[in-house]
Amino acid sequence: MSELLTAARPRLDGTFLERIGLGNIALVIFLVIYPAVASEFFIVQIGAYSLIWGMLALSLMILAGYGGMVSMAQISIAGVAGYTVAIFGMNHTGVHGFGWPFWILVPFAVLLAALVAGLIGLISNRTEGIYTIMITLAVATGFFYFTQQNYALFNGHSGFAGIEAPKFWGINWRAPVPFYYLCLGCAVLSYAAVLYASRSAYGLTLQAVRDNARRMRALGYDVTRHKVVAYFYSGLIAGLGGVLLVWFNGRISPGTIDVSAAINVLVIAVIGGMRHPIGPFLGAVVVVLIQTFAIDVVGAERYNTLIGLVFLLIVFASPDGILGLWEKAKLRAPREQVFQLDPLRAGVMSITNRRKRNI
Amino acid sequence: MLAGGGFSRRHVWILAALVGAAVVAWLIFAIWPAWLSAALISKRAFFSAVLNGLTLSGLYFLVASGFTLVFGLMRNVNLAHGSLYLLGAYIGYEVTSRTGYWLFGVAAGFAVLAVIGVAMQVFVFRHLEGDDLRQTLVTLGISIVAADLMLAVWTGTTYQIPIPSWLDGAVTLPIVTAVRANGELIFLRYTFFRLVVLATAIVIGIGLWFMLNRTRVGMMIRAGVDDRAMLSASGINVHAVFAIVFAVGAGLAGIAGVIGGSVLSVAPGEDVRYLLASLVVVIVGGMGSITGAAIGALLIGLAEQIGLVYFPTYGVVLTFVIMVAVLALRPQGIMGRL
Repeated sequence: MSELLTAARPRLDGTFLERIGLGNIALVIFLVIYPAVASEFFIVQIGAYSLIWGMLALSLMILAGYGGMVSMAQISIAGVAGYTVAIFGMNHTGVHGFGWPFWILVPFAVLLAALVAGLIGLISNRTEGIYTIMITLAVATGFFYFTQQNYALFNGHSGFAGIEAPKFWGINWRAPVPFYYLCLGCAVLSYAAVLYASRSAYGLTLQAVRDNARRMRALGYDVTRHKVVAYFYSGLIAGLGGVLLVWFNGRISPGTIDVSAAINVLVIAVIGGMRHPIGPFLGAVVVVLIQTFAIDVVGAERYNTLIGLVFLLIVFASPDGILGLWEKAKLRAPREQVFQLDPLRAGVMSITNRRKRNI
Repeated sequence: MLAGGGFSRRHVWILAALVGAAVVAWLIFAIWPAWLSAALISKRAFFSAVLNGLTLSGLYFLVASGFTLVFGLMRNVNLAHGSLYLLGAYIGYEVTSRTGYWLFGVAAGFAVLAVIGVAMQVFVFRHLEGDDLRQTLVTLGISIVAADLMLAVWTGTTYQIPIPSWLDGAVTLPIVTAVRANGELIFLRYTFFRLVVLATAIVIGIGLWFMLNRTRVGMMIRAGVDDRAMLSASGINVHAVFAIVFAVGAGLAGIAGVIGGSVLSVAPGEDVRYLLASLVVVIVGGMGSITGAAIGALLIGLAEQIGLVYFPTYGVVLTFVIMVAVLALRPQGIMGRL
């Protein structure tokens, strides 16, 4: 089976820079110099916050975009990592707080989150298709109620407060600019990893499974295992996002991981678009901007209506989100570049007839 | 299977059912020995939990039966189903408190929500037919907007729909919970209204069963659950059938909202609770099956209330153990068909 993939795999020629892509390089340069031009509010409340939610939505995008599995439980996975940081690290609530050093704590939290994600994948892959969304939503809601009513482990309704990003290398990572760079580093790492993995043999197989699971099964692939592994990988990113989120908020409680948060992840991914890993980050910027500035537009408190309407509009008008709008705009412009498919994707097309997904 | 003494599998099942019924009857009518009371706190606590679980099951059944019908027929996961429940509760509250008649509130809850259900089908879902994922996303968007608008209109206050005096009060059940020192028997007393809720759910359940199994529309719906394309090909206006199912499903959620708002309370966030209940009930019971919804609701309602009494902080886990166990052993649900 690997011969097929290696045969279809084009040579990765060109310089290192060409392989990364000019767009990505320009984006990273912009994001690196962003703190120099933005105010503190824009660095943390918009910049870092968008990056964190972008990572959470990215973890969903892996599953939905490459695997065809829309999971609503990504926020719960982030919550597992967040609660782990609160319970095993330091908090000011006086419950648990074992004070593990961050360099054990963070990998442990992320790994635990990924394992939980794999478990959720195992459960939700007992059935297929639209059931996934139901089972994962049930898992997310159930986890929310569990953290709310359980005091022994999760300290119930009030959760944990006073959780701080660590200080190391002489830098206080809780300060605005270092925290922004911390988020940026994690986001770029996740983004690059997803881009790389989407072109790896595993990534191509996963996309083939999404397009035609029956054929892949007939070819001898273990479909369920590929899907569960995708959950594990997405759990790594969601877990990392969860750790950053708990450091950002300084606290975690059931309210952090409730159903509206679970929906928020999906809304961001759908608004941004799930055909490319940049989509979730675009969506995150849009949604965070709406959440922050809607108060000035629709008056206090009604921003959820606005977000809901934007979401509905996107679902109706452009199922591929902002990315889809962008591609449509590019198609209108008479440039043939657009029709040249990514050579790596062409590899998948030779294996399976790649159906155009709506999401 | 027919080895030895002439016992068939059927005999074994009947025997097991008889033994089970005897144990249940003994649990209900006997005066419990001390060890059993010690194990289950007290007979009163146990039966209160069971009865609470049964009434909650009734409520869950009303909400989930509409959800499962819509899902089974249209493959449409209506994530706004919890919002329909909550809206029904608010409408029931408004109508009841203005007219003073509780039954008007129930009727209004059904009628308004049925109309909204038809409107959703005609204006939204018909345009996205055959695209389950987008339909689901649209219902999600609707639920976000609906929750926010309901919060704007009815604020975050908790309401309780007033119930009429003829439904109020408590009744004495023929269950002896304890014996006083002078030999006097203490019977279990239970809220009359909650028993009415249970009876209503049973009556509506039987009504639904009759509608599905004994009427022409029911036949069409069942045929649609099995094979939608074939139903359409045999000359039946599937859109009319869809509209009817959506009306019934949304209307039932509305009724459940009014009843739930009377027996419990109405507050923002209840929509999520009943959406979760519907999801789990349908996953456990199997999609498109009313019997499955009844079994699922019974399991989940009882698990929730019994869990609340015996392991209060791990109650939700019990619900999930049931869900995971069903998914592991029978992924299509207890009454689901592959």
